[in-house]
Amino acid sequence: MNLTTPAIEVAALRKAYGDQVVLDGLDLTVPAGTVYALLGPNGAGKTTTVNICSTLLAPDAGTVAVAGHDVRTRSDAVRRSIGLTGQFSAIDELLTGRENLRLMADLAHLSRPDARARVDEQLARFGLTEAADRRAATYSGGMKRRLDLAMTLVSRPQVIFLDEPTTGLDPRSRRDLWQIVRELVADGVTILLTTQYLEEADQLAHTVGLLDGGRLVAEGTPAELKAQSGGETLDDVFLALTGHAAEVVR
Amino acid sequence: MTTLAYAVRDSRTMLRRNLKHMLRYPSLTIMLIAQPVLFLLLFVYVFGGTMGAGLPGGGGRDAYLGYVAPAILVITVSSVALSIAIYAAKDATEGIIDRFRTMPIARSSVLTGLVAAAVVQTAFAVTVVLGLALALGYRPDAGVPGWLGAIGILTLLAIALTWLCVALGLAAGSVETASNTPMFLMIMPFLSSAFVPTDSMSTGLAWVAEHQPFTPVIDTLRAFLDGRDPGSDAVWAIGWCLLVTVLCFAWSRRLFSKVRAG
Ligand SMILES: Nc1ncnc2c1ncn2[C@@H]1O[C@H](COP(=O)(O)OP(=O)(O)OP(=O)(O)O)[C@@H](O)[C@H]1O
Ligand SMILES: [Mg+2]
Repeated sequence: MNLTTPAIEVAALRKAYGDQVVLDGLDLTVPAGTVYALLGPNGAGKTTTVNICSTLLAPDAGTVAVAGHDVRTRSDAVRRSIGLTGQFSAIDELLTGRENLRLMADLAHLSRPDARARVDEQLARFGLTEAADRRAATYSGGMKRRLDLAMTLVSRPQVIFLDEPTTGLDPRSRRDLWQIVRELVADGVTILLTTQYLEEADQLAHTVGLLDGGRLVAEGTPAELKAQSGGETLDDVFLALTGHAAEVVR
Repeated sequence: MTTLAYAVRDSRTMLRRNLKHMLRYPSLTIMLIAQPVLFLLLFVYVFGGTMGAGLPGGGGRDAYLGYVAPAILVITVSSVALSIAIYAAKDATEGIIDRFRTMPIARSSVLTGLVAAAVVQTAFAVTVVLGLALALGYRPDAGVPGWLGAIGILTLLAIALTWLCVALGLAAGSVETASNTPMFLMIMPFLSSAFVPTDSMSTGLAWVAEHQPFTPVIDTLRAFLDGRDPGSDAVWAIGWCLLVTVLCFAWSRRLFSKVRAG
């Protein structure tokens, strides 16, 4: 992927479930090395977008390229470049935290010493070293979420999808996660995250997109959106630009 | 590395994952083994005296132990296969499958790793049950070729029944359903030559017993362990196993490509 290729490029994306149109001509571009926050109320299609970009779901129409590869025709190349932490837990609860991370390292074909080092590094980074040898089933909700994120990072993906990454985390874990996102971006990683916490988008994102009615109704830096709508917070922005309030879970 | 080498490596990783699951659930493994053990004790000590007298050529409890032990080994294979439907359904309904689907791994490794783990668990269970049968006085007459044949047919059967149960588990949609749908595998041996020779059954039932897959498999195993030539039974047994394997492998792959958690 050269530097000018966007990390994620979505054009005229459509997806419907039966009669219900979820994405209705979505266009979205995320430059490499930036954070894009996709905001929208429940059911807006955030998870659907992430699932299509991460090869879990086939689009009905439109094109989606991730790391320069088409998700339909080059799904294996896309998979080699991405990491996904979905909205719902994707850990193996019968294994310990360490074994979960080791599973990821083995599936990423890391060498044995590299795998061991990488697993220890992730355990430390996510504050799971002490719980490393307990079964994940015994972890608290926040610990499971952190393990889920740690598993995503084992293979050093260039493009990371985080679907509501901080839902269920306490304020401290949330700030820790924000710090990790900033570190990843400093290393050149691209991140597409979805959130219902407007503050999170404000804190992390270079670009914010508001998803409503199956397309983007507004897009810009947090500052631009505030200026454009005359609102102070992104809550005001959402109300001004969509005509209805975001169903924000605070 | 080549694609095939990666597929083998990923399958090994998945094999380790599944063996860990089995070790973490020792109660399930114990239950799997307890079932054939109970059958063995029941059929030898409760029914064995009478059943042995009814065998062609007569005999008592010891003769019946010699007749029923190979069938109990086949039931052990079914018993382990049943649990694999549960593991497959669990994998298909939990979020981790979506993680695997976004990784650049050989898709089939998720299933082949599970089947490989099932074969290991079957080998363990069969060894335990055979050990008990030997302790009760079972004395197979097989030489080296007979034992190799016995191991071969049990392995083919394990692979066939495991793929069948993987498919049933994926098709089930829930762990609960998956623990019920393969139950017919525990009933079929009763309608075969497992416990009594088929010609002692009523005419209609005898016809069913002679034409269902468990009968040639059990007769083949029995012949190998008795040191006899299984003849055409072996052809039928191998044919059935291969047929079930091929069909259920294809069915599983189709189901797996459609699986989506959440
Ligand atoms: N498999 C499916 N079958 C039918 N409808 C679906 C399916 N998956 C999602 N939908 C519908 O598509 C719409 C968008 O869902 P999606 O999960 O993308 O929303 P979201 O923005 O992630 O919402 P949330 O904030 O609740 O996570 C919803 O109305 C949902 O009911
Ligand atoms: Mg969602």
